[in-house]
Amino acid sequence: MVYNKRQWKAWIYLAPALILMAVFTLWPMINTIRMAFLNDYGLMSEHGGTVFKVGIANFVKVLQYKRFLSCLTTTMLLCVLTVPISTMLALLISVCLNSIKFLNRFLQTIYFLPYVTNSIAIGMVFAAMFNIVGTIVSPDLGNSSNIIVTAGIINNIIEFFGGQPIVWINAGSTYAANIAVMVIYIVWNALPFKILVLLGGLQSVNKQYYDAAKVDGTSRVRTFFRITVPLLSPMIAYVVITGFIGGFKEYSSVVGVFGPEMGPVGDSKRLNTMVGFIYDALENDNQGRASAAALILFVIIFIVTMINLYVSRKRTHY
Amino acid sequence: MSENTNHVMSAKDMSGVKRGQRVSVIISKILVYFFLIVIALAVIFPFYWMINSSLKDREEYELSVPTFIPRKFMFSNYAEAFRAGNLGRLFVNTMIVGVSSTLLSLVITVITAFALARLEFRGKNILFAGMLATMMIPGELFTITNYITVNELDWMHTYRVLIIPFLVSVFYIYLLRQNFLQIPDELYLAAKVDGTSDIKYLWKVMVPLSLPTLISITILKMMGAWNSYIWPRLVANDEAHKLITNGLRSMNLVYDDGTTNFPVQMAAVALVSIPLFLVFVFLRKYIMKGVSRSGIKG
Repeated sequence: MVYNKRQWKAWIYLAPALILMAVFTLWPMINTIRMAFLNDYGLMSEHGGTVFKVGIANFVKVLQYKRFLSCLTTTMLLCVLTVPISTMLALLISVCLNSIKFLNRFLQTIYFLPYVTNSIAIGMVFAAMFNIVGTIVSPDLGNSSNIIVTAGIINNIIEFFGGQPIVWINAGSTYAANIAVMVIYIVWNALPFKILVLLGGLQSVNKQYYDAAKVDGTSRVRTFFRITVPLLSPMIAYVVITGFIGGFKEYSSVVGVFGPEMGPVGDSKRLNTMVGFIYDALENDNQGRASAAALILFVIIFIVTMINLYVSRKRTHY
Repeated sequence: MSENTNHVMSAKDMSGVKRGQRVSVIISKILVYFFLIVIALAVIFPFYWMINSSLKDREEYELSVPTFIPRKFMFSNYAEAFRAGNLGRLFVNTMIVGVSSTLLSLVITVITAFALARLEFRGKNILFAGMLATMMIPGELFTITNYITVNELDWMHTYRVLIIPFLVSVFYIYLLRQNFLQIPDELYLAAKVDGTSDIKYLWKVMVPLSLPTLISITILKMMGAWNSYIWPRLVANDEAHKLITNGLRSMNLVYDDGTTNFPVQMAAVALVSIPLFLVFVFLRKYIMKGVSRSGIKG
């Protein structure tokens, strides 16, 4: 009897969360699948009385859509570039940080700073840094190269070291330059979390392994690859997996640097991502296509996570 | 093997090896510090450049050789950013949404975690596993239908559309449940013997004992309101309900000739970033705790 009374009580405690989850989590899962598999579904036309056929037309259309393929390419490119770079850099920083005592806490605090920032706000700072503030001066007749008057600090630094200024994000910039800026920003943004996880892992590694290596006269490089990396492999796997998941959902950092136009002036949407595509479809009353794209995104994330897990199971030391 | 070689080494050889080792240790230490400091400078540079730019006037900002300390500190840029960006209104909106969603979310998280950690009922494990499974699904999948739902509820451009859909966080429930589980059963049984009600036990014992986790949740939730961009832009893009990040990105700070007024824009960015810095300086411990926990237990 007491057990029954308690049972009843438990559901009272759970009720608010369960009701909210039913409306804002469970129903969306069902409805998104429903909309994705109704050909050319749109909310307006449904309200207008249109009956939709069940089928995979939304998926076919999304996959044939040039804009979607460009979003997919950009997202994949950002993932494939930023995850390895930020993971390796974070690993190197963590190992170095773990080997020093003086300034350790201070540096750790600095490295953690980007974590508590607003990705839109600091994206705007990066935009200002890579921007060309001056004007592009037309060259004399006969001189073929354009002379750019820059006040963008990154180009100032490049010129200081004797390089040629680059049009990073302004009108007339190349796709490669745009991607480079995004990679730099995303890596800068991703470092704190990865350093925190890897450093935490390093601090819990048993010092005896290193003492043994020292006694054996093992070189630093060998110690790193034979001891540090294997012992840290669960944490490395974790930051790689979360990095890929976050990477496939990249959106607001591009908005931060390029604005909601998602591209340089004159070529908006050039750097649009998968998530951006979903929101665009949603705002154009194309819920069917948005749902199909969201499911494709989910499947991609799921597959990549499974591959990562499989590889890390095989490679993980534990 | 190396042990054997050590045995046959003479004392002279040993000191030579030691000196060589010491030199290599010093060199590698220097390299390590050099690398770490270069990275630290790269991490700090955007913040420095934001402040530096925000204090310049147009003429100085557009110099082809930049100044690294403003010649004249233009604090008026900040006043202008505050006024032109309507930051006061954005700040109030964000606080209303942040505080109310944090409080409601804390209540829901506490009672849900309590039921999952302490109470017995049929289907508990399946329910908890199901809740955890939803964490795998990208939020965009929910957003599409939620957008339709709030539209049909006629919640567009209100505060509740910014608060209610995100009150339940499975991650926070999970975090708090783990914390609750660490509180020994004996305390609960003793309280039961004394005739303490569940609610009283929860409030007097469990909540105080898990205060650090609750503080972490509060900070992360407040930061969430401050940094949220996509959903607020989608459903509450009007002046009366705009949140600060959306407001910042949609500010149109330009000179008369149409070029962006970067110094004032950077001042606005700095004003939005300052509260986050204060949180970081004073409450870092709690943020790191939340982050590293999510890191290790995933």
